[in-house]
Amino acid sequence: MFTNFPFFPEQASTQAAQVDGVFFFTMAVTAFFSLLIAALLVLFAIKYRRQDEDEIGAEIHGSLALEMLWTVIPFFITMIMFVWGAKVFFDAYRPPRGAMEIYIVGKQWMWKAQHMGGQKEINELHVPAGRPVKLMMGSEDVLHSFYIPAFRVKADVIPGRYNVVWFTPTKPGRYHLFCAEYCGTRHSGMIGWVEVMEPNDFQAWLGGGRPADSPAAAGEKLFTDLVCITCHRDDAQARAPQLKGLFGHTVRLQGGATVTADEAYIRESIVNPQAKIVDGFAPIMPTFQGMVTEEQLLQLIAYVRSLGEQTPPPSAAPAVPAPPGPGKD
Amino acid sequence: MPDHAEHFPGRIHQPPLVANLDAIQPRDHVEHPHHPKLQHHFDDMAQQVDASTLGMWVFLVTEIMFFGGLFAAYLVYRHANPEGFAEASHHLNVTWGAINTIVLIVSSLTMALAVRSAQVSAPAKTQVAWIVATMVLGATFLGIKAIEYTDKFRHNLVPGPNFQWTGKHPQPAEIFYSLYFCMTGLHAIHMIIGLGIMSVIGTMAWRRQFDSEYYTPVEVAGLYWHFVDIVWIFLFPLLYLIGGHFTE
Amino acid sequence: METVNYLNNGHGLKSWLLTKDHKRIALLYLVSITAFFVIGGFFAMLVRLELLTPAGDLLSSETYNKMFTMHGVVMVFFFLIPSIPAVLGNFLIPIMVGAKDLAFPRINLLSWYIYVLGGIFTLVAALSGGVDTGWTFYTPYSTAAANGHVITAALGVFITGFSSILTGLNFIVTIHKMRAPGLTWFRLPLFVWSHYATSLIMILGTPVIAITVLLVAAERGLHLGIFDPALGGDPVLFQHLFWFYSHPAVYIMILPAMGVISEIVQAFSRKNIFGYSFVAFSSLAIAIIGFLVWGHHIFVAGQSVYAGMVFSFLSFVVAIPSAIKVFNWTATIYRGSVSLESPMLYAFGFIGLFTIGGLTGLMLAAMGIDIHVHDTYFVVAHFHYIMVGGAIMGYLGGLHYWWPKISGRRYSEPWAKFSALMIFVGFNLTFFPQFIAGYLGMPRRYHAYPPEFQVLNVASTLGASILAVGYVIPLVYFAYSLVAGEKSVNDPWGARGLEWEIPSPPPTENFTVSPIVTEGTHQYMHGNQEVGLA
Repeated sequence: MFTNFPFFPEQASTQAAQVDGVFFFTMAVTAFFSLLIAALLVLFAIKYRRQDEDEIGAEIHGSLALEMLWTVIPFFITMIMFVWGAKVFFDAYRPPRGAMEIYIVGKQWMWKAQHMGGQKEINELHVPAGRPVKLMMGSEDVLHSFYIPAFRVKADVIPGRYNVVWFTPTKPGRYHLFCAEYCGTRHSGMIGWVEVMEPNDFQAWLGGGRPADSPAAAGEKLFTDLVCITCHRDDAQARAPQLKGLFGHTVRLQGGATVTADEAYIRESIVNPQAKIVDGFAPIMPTFQGMVTEEQLLQLIAYVRSLGEQTPPPSAAPAVPAPPGPGKD
Repeated sequence: MPDHAEHFPGRIHQPPLVANLDAIQPRDHVEHPHHPKLQHHFDDMAQQVDASTLGMWVFLVTEIMFFGGLFAAYLVYRHANPEGFAEASHHLNVTWGAINTIVLIVSSLTMALAVRSAQVSAPAKTQVAWIVATMVLGATFLGIKAIEYTDKFRHNLVPGPNFQWTGKHPQPAEIFYSLYFCMTGLHAIHMIIGLGIMSVIGTMAWRRQFDSEYYTPVEVAGLYWHFVDIVWIFLFPLLYLIGGHFTE
Repeated sequence: METVNYLNNGHGLKSWLLTKDHKRIALLYLVSITAFFVIGGFFAMLVRLELLTPAGDLLSSETYNKMFTMHGVVMVFFFLIPSIPAVLGNFLIPIMVGAKDLAFPRINLLSWYIYVLGGIFTLVAALSGGVDTGWTFYTPYSTAAANGHVITAALGVFITGFSSILTGLNFIVTIHKMRAPGLTWFRLPLFVWSHYATSLIMILGTPVIAITVLLVAAERGLHLGIFDPALGGDPVLFQHLFWFYSHPAVYIMILPAMGVISEIVQAFSRKNIFGYSFVAFSSLAIAIIGFLVWGHHIFVAGQSVYAGMVFSFLSFVVAIPSAIKVFNWTATIYRGSVSLESPMLYAFGFIGLFTIGGLTGLMLAAMGIDIHVHDTYFVVAHFHYIMVGGAIMGYLGGLHYWWPKISGRRYSEPWAKFSALMIFVGFNLTFFPQFIAGYLGMPRRYHAYPPEFQVLNVASTLGASILAVGYVIPLVYFAYSLVAGEKSVNDPWGARGLEWEIPSPPPTENFTVSPIVTEGTHQYMHGNQEVGLA
């Protein structure tokens, strides 16, 4: 128990150094003021100790100058902490373009990871050193939180939506993965390991995955099994928006609002299609809530993404709206 | 420096903080004439009235915060589902809601008249009449709400396993009705408590306890009643009148 | 022959259980919150014993989860929030404003009964199997998946909230309307100012947690679906509603303690507070700004980064008035006539530990750091520094300071000094290692943990054992003082204040007639000053 007793966590990502930087600053401020106050208290207690029973203290009521001093200086110090901390946070949640994407699903009480190349992992995550990795995360059931202390990375995983973290690992090695949002009986068992590998080793490891297992392939199979193709087809019989080249583009909704077709939009369109109706289409898509798991939703999203850039449809005219349904309700 | 150490046994010699030493010297209690309703910890009736009134106002502030949580949830979900909420709202009966609004407004009038009648030392019968009128209107409000709730139950609009929705936005509708029942239910509970308070006040009025010199309980009950009325004034448009101008 | 005072004015259970005297009600609270402190401490002991070893070998996971949940619920709602206001505030505020009682004595008694009723609900929940949601009741776990009696516990919290609301209401009206002639706002003791600010939070914040836990109970019992993501409900909405109260709640816990420290520091330096109006206004500023920072609990939950920045900024701003107070207390001791009797030891402990706790709060307010330490033992250490190193030390300091007034007896000063030191040492050994464990990455609410955290956990449990003994000792010497303690004079410390002008213990009515106040209630008179006399 007394061997291998760390005091400070390793830095294994580019973000770790940034977080530690602002931490060391605030720690220095904390140490300085704590020691200052403690020293003053001890000093005054000794120097001004009561000499006789009737003694009272000096008649001092205050000093505006001192009040200003110890209001303004702390304010400036806290503002440095605020700006610095906000900047680190801002960068921590803005994944760079081209980051390698991995899907994560948290459920009581395990972490499932799905690489785009087909590798699936449970409670383990293999990533290459030296390049940015972006995790798209969802939850099957209750709140969880994906936490890698050595990377200084954490984000809650919330049922019903997606959260994103990203990091660039710097040091090959094996690092703790924890669930950091209490989620029930085996919350402290929802842990695992992040394995950072040299890029070549990682390629080799990835090669062990079968392309047929990739989320996009699984998604395509789901697309067929759930007969989405009935409406989402690329000919003039289409009663639903084209999915080719949809991902990442702006969609115009009924009423004039626009939205970006990102992961959250695709997910919502599947589980709650009535929430946003695309301009020019009727609200006839049924909901698949309860028929697909969070993992399967991620697979469908991967499939839609894989459909690539928009190609012009066979006819030059835009998609023809379906004939109006019987009545409003 | 004057030193009253013998009166203030302590460890240092400092003068007393108070100008009237008899305040801090024990003495037998001397009765002095005062209003029979003056509570003994108050100095005089004016202080008692002031304290009671401020107390009720502070309590009403807490009630605003209590309902406030529900209004916050409502705002969040309506902002996220404007069409869903509008569709759900159309299944509420605006006529009953409007009647209830009028009923409560009139009840606030009768309540104000009850306070006024006590304030001008009107005969006990008059005071009681206005109080009873207020209670009858309050009970009418609750009766109409019972009719509405029963109707919702029959149409499977109570959230939970029996909730059925045939419109386009079933999930926002269920959230809407959850909020509807919570908000109007909480309001109805306050109404029932109000009726309880009014029956106590009515009894006190019947026993000729209120006149121009002492009518604080009626006034304070009136504040509570007006508050419950005002909450409904907000609930009615937010729940019943959504999307009147939406085009389908 | 014994003089008549509030303690012997009426005997028998009925005279206590149906009392309207604010001083007796304060003692009713003292007994019940001490009982809850012991219960909450028992749950803590089980948690710390389990954490001696990395494996979850003492308790099952489900039981352990219930232990930390019940520890939090009991300590927050049934000990910390009522403690100083319900015991010391109830006892002292009428005396400090020169009144015979609070504005609404019967409501005061009612608030105690409501507190007890809420406590019973919670104990029933604990005894019939417990709750395992964490004291924060996060959805959807609490509404859909939790094991145990969530509804009973939620209702217990709901009911007790009204006790808090009524206490706050009583204090506000009393301070506004019942001040003695001559007692202007700026002559009030700082203890009163801090309780006024606390009462503002009690009345504005508590109703929101009330409706929130009611919604949790309704959703769990009636399947309403307001927070259920399957229906489009938002689990994070719960977090916003919960923290809208629960953050200001921590100021309910600390502001009264700060008021106590202001009083003690003045009394044991025999000097007026440095910067009276700054300290008074700081209390108000903390109360008001404290309502605007709740989102700092939700930085990593998926709140918009811009909203997060607003909350982070305001969280830094709210620290400034606390810093102002620390500097003003320190400046008060400068050139005072300092005596380190046990209340002053507690005050010193408070100032030091609160400074550390508060500054670590700044670390949490910095969004970039919070990513790493949110939901780790770092947060646990931070809030225990404030709540135990701060609030509980303030409570104990206040109990010691005013014990002669409340009981008419002196306790054993050597034992009091000894236990104060033991508490200080035990406390730091318990919680400082948790800062380290947290930054290393040990998450909170973990039943079992990786072996490299064991040394820190063992140190922490050792500290907790010392702390527990430190807390038991005052129970013994306070009880002993009631039967065999030396009787106290009006003003045993040589302090200034209306409470020190009247006998120890005070008569039931406090003052025979309203006292007429001619200066600030803490003025120490020097040499050639005249005092106005009626």
